[in-house]
Amino acid sequence: MLDVVRLRVSYGERPVLQGVDLSVAAGEVVGLVGPNGCGKTTLLKAITRVIPWQAGEVLLLGAPASKLSRQELSRRVAVVPQSPALPVGYTALEVVLMGRTPHLGFLDQEGADDYRRAREALQRVGAADFAERRVDELSGGERQNVVLARALAQDAPILLLDEPTANLDIGHQIAVAQLVRELASDRRLAVVAAIHDLTLAALYCDRLALMDAGALVANGPPEQVLTAENILQVYHARVVVLREPELPAPVVVPYTDGVTDGVPPTGAVSTGRHP
Amino acid sequence: MEQTARAAVLAGLGRRETWARSLRVAAYPLALALLAFALMLGTAIGPVGIGPAEVMKVFLRHLLPLNVDVAPVSDTIVWEIRLPRVLLAGLVGGTLAYSGAAYQGMFRNPLADPYLLGVAAGAGLAATIVIVGPVPATYGNFSLITLAAFGGAITAVVLTYGLARMGGTTPTTTLILSGVAVSTLAVSATSYLMLAHQRDTISVLSWLLGGFNNSGWHKMWFIVPYTVPAAVVIFVHGRLLNVMQLDEQQAQQLGVNVERTKLVVLVASSLATAAAVSVAGIIGFVGLVVPHAVRLLLGLDYRQLLPLSALLGASFLILADLAARTAISPGELPVGVITAFLGAPFFLYLLRRQRKAFF
Repeated sequence: MLDVVRLRVSYGERPVLQGVDLSVAAGEVVGLVGPNGCGKTTLLKAITRVIPWQAGEVLLLGAPASKLSRQELSRRVAVVPQSPALPVGYTALEVVLMGRTPHLGFLDQEGADDYRRAREALQRVGAADFAERRVDELSGGERQNVVLARALAQDAPILLLDEPTANLDIGHQIAVAQLVRELASDRRLAVVAAIHDLTLAALYCDRLALMDAGALVANGPPEQVLTAENILQVYHARVVVLREPELPAPVVVPYTDGVTDGVPPTGAVSTGRHP
Repeated sequence: MEQTARAAVLAGLGRRETWARSLRVAAYPLALALLAFALMLGTAIGPVGIGPAEVMKVFLRHLLPLNVDVAPVSDTIVWEIRLPRVLLAGLVGGTLAYSGAAYQGMFRNPLADPYLLGVAAGAGLAATIVIVGPVPATYGNFSLITLAAFGGAITAVVLTYGLARMGGTTPTTTLILSGVAVSTLAVSATSYLMLAHQRDTISVLSWLLGGFNNSGWHKMWFIVPYTVPAAVVIFVHGRLLNVMQLDEQQAQQLGVNVERTKLVVLVASSLATAAAVSVAGIIGFVGLVVPHAVRLLLGLDYRQLLPLSALLGASFLILADLAARTAISPGELPVGVITAFLGAPFFLYLLRRQRKAFF
């Protein structure tokens, strides 16, 4: 579905992406992890050509993104940007309807079908109740859902999410992650989500792509990618990765003396204790 | 007791919502009725009072193949003097208002007005050069000032756009800043020319302040070829302007070709505004305030906002011009003075009435 091939992006002289390769299949959720400034957001923006790239190519359902028009591109990829600005005064339904833009001709106006799809999308994210409310009066979590609904209304086979759970409480984090997971399975979407919470990423992603300084340094199942060594190397953080049999996925916790000394690690635990 | 109070509050809330909704439904008929009323008032009132019936007769005589009996004096006053003036004021008001709305939408900036990119300053400088220059400015109906002002306005916008262009894109903030810089430059040159040619200062100033005291059918025909196509082009971009209220990257990700949309809307509104300024001078406030008044009264959807701004801007400027020529009759006030004097308090009233945050 989505193939990023040797993608290079630089801001002026400064390289931001140094030849990134990434493929995502239908129904697959890939978590894009890595420290602040490693190029996650740039990669997501480059895929939709909002940021121009210098070399490489992005293939969307096999078609090179560089050859697609804006509208063709937006029919293939929907984006949930990181805390996006929403215009004051518009209702949630109006914002979600904007997701139908890729499917409307220049002189077309939204028809009954577009309204139906917008309402369905709102329903799907559990936001049907505030369809008529102004987006500037919604809470952070509700706004996040509206933007997610807008992306769903776009009806694109590829979905990119930039920090969809940032600034959300744990309840909303789980709800959003769960929803994305379900969407990937139900609609066979290819999903890439940039995400900071490694434990959450491990829990809900089929695969993690670990980035550092504009390059992919690891790419595989969460258990493989999330090692204390990888995390120390990329984040310069000492962590403990807990792999208990009763845990569904690895859990990453910050290293403190208490964790390793007070509670002796059991099972397959690697600590970030380096010289 | 408490129950009644509660019921009263709820009833009040209901009334306010119903009122807003019915206003929205009736917006077009109301705006058209207001425009018709303004047209009638503008053609009927003047130093020589002519009754509405007589005015209607003149219209019928010219518009239908009927042999209507009208006094020749009334006919001349209404058809040759007042009507072109009223129509010109309407076209200019409508143009400034829809251009202002389009600029505000495109720049996502409530302070944007149609003069933002240097149209007014460029027109003003070019007009001043012609007025203080050695060449006679008018030849019968043909005015060199109009033509120069149009050229100056377009030159200023092209300069602004060229200066703001970086690589393949035109960042909005850069565009606004370079518009401010180009305007400032043109205004300072205009001021210098005015001081250096003091015998022409009054003529320059009265052109700059704007007005319709030398109107005629020829001026109307000068602006129509620009403002009518521009209006069509801009109105059909209403839905895309809504999407562009998100921000440029989101709009792009929703499939909008943002650069092309900006360029098309900018060219259309600049041409229309340039034509308006070259026949009427620099009339402030209409382009800024009429769209905001429409937003406050009727909502933010650009598909309604643009045409309704045009209709209300037309009515507003016709009535303002009527006030300008009758307030100190037989003298005339510059219409810009009236637009600000009437417009500012009305706008402040709307702004204060609105309970929710606006923009």
